[in-house]
Formats: sequence, structure tokens, C-alpha cells
Amino acid sequence: MRYSGLRVIAEALTGHKGWKPVWRDPAPQAAYDYVIVGGGGHGLATAYYLAKEFKQARIAVLEKGYLGGGNVGRNTTIIRSNYLLDGNEPFYEFSLKLWEGLEQDFNYNAMVSQRGIINLIHTDAQRDAFTRRGNAMILNGADAEMVSRDQLRAMYPFLNFDNARFPIKGALMQRRGGTVRHDAVAWGYARGADMRGVDLIQNCEVTGMRIENGRILGVETTRGFIGAKKVGVAVAGSSSRVMAHAGMRLPIESHVLQAFVSEGLKPLIDGVMTFGAGHFYVSQSDKGGLVFGGDIDGYNSYAQRGNLPVIEDVAEGGMALMPMIGRARLLRMWGGIMDMSMDGSPIIDRTSVDGLYFNGGWCYGGFKATPASGWCFAHLLATDQPHPTATAYRFDRFLKGLMIDEKGQGAQPNLH
Amino acid sequence: MIIPHPILGPRDAQEFVYLGDASLIDRPDGMTAGIEVFHDYLYNRDNPAGLHRELWYHEQGDRSWLVVTRDTVTHEIVSAELARDVARARGRSK
Repeated sequence: MRYSGLRVIAEALTGHKGWKPVWRDPAPQAAYDYVIVGGGGHGLATAYYLAKEFKQARIAVLEKGYLGGGNVGRNTTIIRSNYLLDGNEPFYEFSLKLWEGLEQDFNYNAMVSQRGIINLIHTDAQRDAFTRRGNAMILNGADAEMVSRDQLRAMYPFLNFDNARFPIKGALMQRRGGTVRHDAVAWGYARGADMRGVDLIQNCEVTGMRIENGRILGVETTRGFIGAKKVGVAVAGSSSRVMAHAGMRLPIESHVLQAFVSEGLKPLIDGVMTFGAGHFYVSQSDKGGLVFGGDIDGYNSYAQRGNLPVIEDVAEGGMALMPMIGRARLLRMWGGIMDMSMDGSPIIDRTSVDGLYFNGGWCYGGFKATPASGWCFAHLLATDQPHPTATAYRFDRFLKGLMIDEKGQGAQPNLH
Repeated sequence: MIIPHPILGPRDAQEFVYLGDASLIDRPDGMTAGIEVFHDYLYNRDNPAGLHRELWYHEQGDRSWLVVTRDTVTHEIVSAELARDVARARGRSK
């Protein structure tokens, strides 16, 4: 079923009785060519591009809960490609270009809104660093511009420009950055994959992997054994737990990151704003709620909920940046589990087991990467070669000293 | 989270800095262990869902290192020991 304006009008005139479930609910078959573990944004995107771009068949996505019930439904919906390093920037720019054509591509309204993202500057040194980053972005085909204090004042007059500790001196801006309706991304990819014959199997948790002579034969699940020629794991947050079934230890720790939504307010912030020095970022949803967050809690966690000290820290950051936020009530807050990798960058690679592939380590930047992550993982699964924009995301970069460490923090996951 | 400090009693976790898995105590000898072993020590983690032994540093307190046993699923803290005692019990000299 394709969506169109005509279709909406026709359904309106006939009592909306023609809408069907958007995807099937099939039982697992005995074997597939490709099994993708994880029915979140990245897993569904992988299945979608495997079927659509790489023309592969007999694909299944296994999800332990319901589709899109993990981190793709728990993030703060920001898209951007404002990275510095060569290993990252081409990949994230590829992702942003895919976002720009996504809704036409999968015929689903994902509310892609390129409302611009700004990173605030407080010192001369920070201006130098952001200028360098902006130049790196432009060299890789992305857009970037420096915004002066006066320009910024015209855009956001309510900011606390003369904060004693972090006076605002300007910003780095990427106009093509913005926000996307996150659930619709999962639904759009799921529908697109289902239309191309992918079996989306829910309530199906992987409980083991059958490996013989260094080759994967399939996965044990709560719905029985499912054979597969190739298995791709895309379960960021739970990567260590799933890959332990194959006897692997990963360069990853799981951490909790909290996010917050205020009550609905009138239009106030039309873009995305990051206040890195104050551990705070904010945007406003179309419903009017301020969507904001800050740092990870900083200790290993699988709890999907954080603790009060970080909530206080985030609230302080908000008050420092825009004191009027103190008048808004907090509506809800939640936590998501991040794969924090040892250099702050992801992994899309083969493993030591033939036929077993891994996609994870997205830290708290996985949502914006969803289309390119799916495309590059599908490329790796279908061709056994890394996609040209994802060649640096290898497991052995830690052994070879080829880390992609944007912040230069070293092997300390809670600092990335 | 409240950490039951073995000397100072219950202390707020905010007084501490978190380092990570307590297996970091068992650092191999960089001169003899070889690259693979040291790579595994430095970068790879068990990252369990459940009980996790981990290093916390009491920076805003007595500056002791503790080994805290904590459940990563519930955040419940089961026990806390001085890292010094743990290291000695493993045959380290200090």
C-alpha cells in the first residue's frame, strides 16, 4: 500500500475502512540467507537496504520485544554531520544525505526537519577548534558556517550571553542538521522491508549462536533454532550480551543516558542548540515540548533509568543557558542504554567467526547514523567488503593504534 | 546511589569518580605479556548485565580506591572493599 494525498482523501470518504496493518507478523522459517538480530532503527534499515539496494532475498529481522521499542524510540531525534575526523565525517555526511531523501525513498512521513543545529562558543580557543571542525566538514562535502554573537542574538535573544563562567561568543552552525520523528524512522524502514519480503519476527530473543568449525550456522531463539548463512548483529546497548553467545568480549561498556521533555510550550526554539561546556542540549518538538539532555550517568548500567545527580546537572546547564527554562515544568524523563566504545566511535565489521557480522558501539550518536549504518552494514553483509565511508570502523583499530577519538579521551568509555 | 565505604560508612556516589571494571587491577606486565594480552586488558570488557565488580575513587573524600560490587540492572550496591585489600589478596605488592 503506497501512501499519497489521493489515498487519504479516498479513505476519508469511505470511513477509513481500507487501511491494512502496515507489516505482516510471520512465524520464523527454518532458515534464511540473512538473519539480522535487532529490530531497531539500525537493524530495520539494514534489512531494508539489503532487500532494496543489494537485491538480496530470504532475510529475517529478529527482535526480542517489539519493533522500534529500544533506543530508536528513546533518543532525542537529532540529525547532523558535524564531525572532525576523516574516519567519521564522510560516513555521517553520507547519512545526512540519506536522511534528506529518506521520505521519498521509503514513502513514509518521517517528519525530517532540517531546522539547523548550533554548537555554542565561549572562548577563543573553542572558536579556533570549531572553525577547524567547520572546515573539515566543508572539505567532506557538508555545510558549516560560523555564526557571530550578534547573529546569534537575533536568532535566540533569550540566551544568557553574559554568563560569568561561559559567556556566549558565537556558534558553529550546520543548517542541514535538524530533527526527525524517530518512531516513524523505525516504522518506515519496517514497512519498506516488509514490502520487499523481509520477515520481521517480533518477541523472538536470540539465546545462543550455533557455531561449528569457526562458521556460524544459525541462532537459537525463544522461537526455536533459525538457520542462516550470514548473521548480522545490530543491537547497540546490548551488544556485549548478544556477542557473548559467540564467546566474544567487545571494546564496549553499556552506559545509561537520560533524556527529558518539558510541558508543551509555544514556539520558542526553532533549531537544535548544544551547550557542550555546560553539558546541555535542547530542541523543541512539534508538539511544543522542550526535548533536552546532557551527559551519560557515567557508570556501567543496563537499567534504562538514571539517577538524580545527572538530572540536577542537566537542569543546571539549562538554567545557565536560558534561565527562563526554570519556569517550565518537566513532563517526563527516561534513560536509554548506550554502547560506549573505547574511542567514542562505532564498529561495523566482520568478526572472527565466518558469517557473523557486527554493528554497534554507537555511543550516544546512533540515531543520526541510522540510514548510513543500515546501508553500510547491508553493503558489508552482501559484498563482504566495507562500504567506502565505513572503512575505519574496524575491530582491529584498537590493536593497530588507529582509534577514531573525536575528543581525545583515550580508552575511557564514560568520558566520550 | 549510596556506597558503603569500608572506613567512612555510607557515602553518596557523587563523591566518587568511576573508572570501570575491577579487572583493571590485574594489569599484565607490559614488557613480557605481548601486544595481544595488553590489547585485551586495555580495550576489551566483559560488560555484564548483573553483578559487576568495579573501581570507584573517593576523590571528594579520603581518596581511597574502592572495589564496589553493584548490579548493573538494578543499580543495587552489594558491597564495597578497599581496592588495596583486593589487590593484595591477588598477590600484588601494593
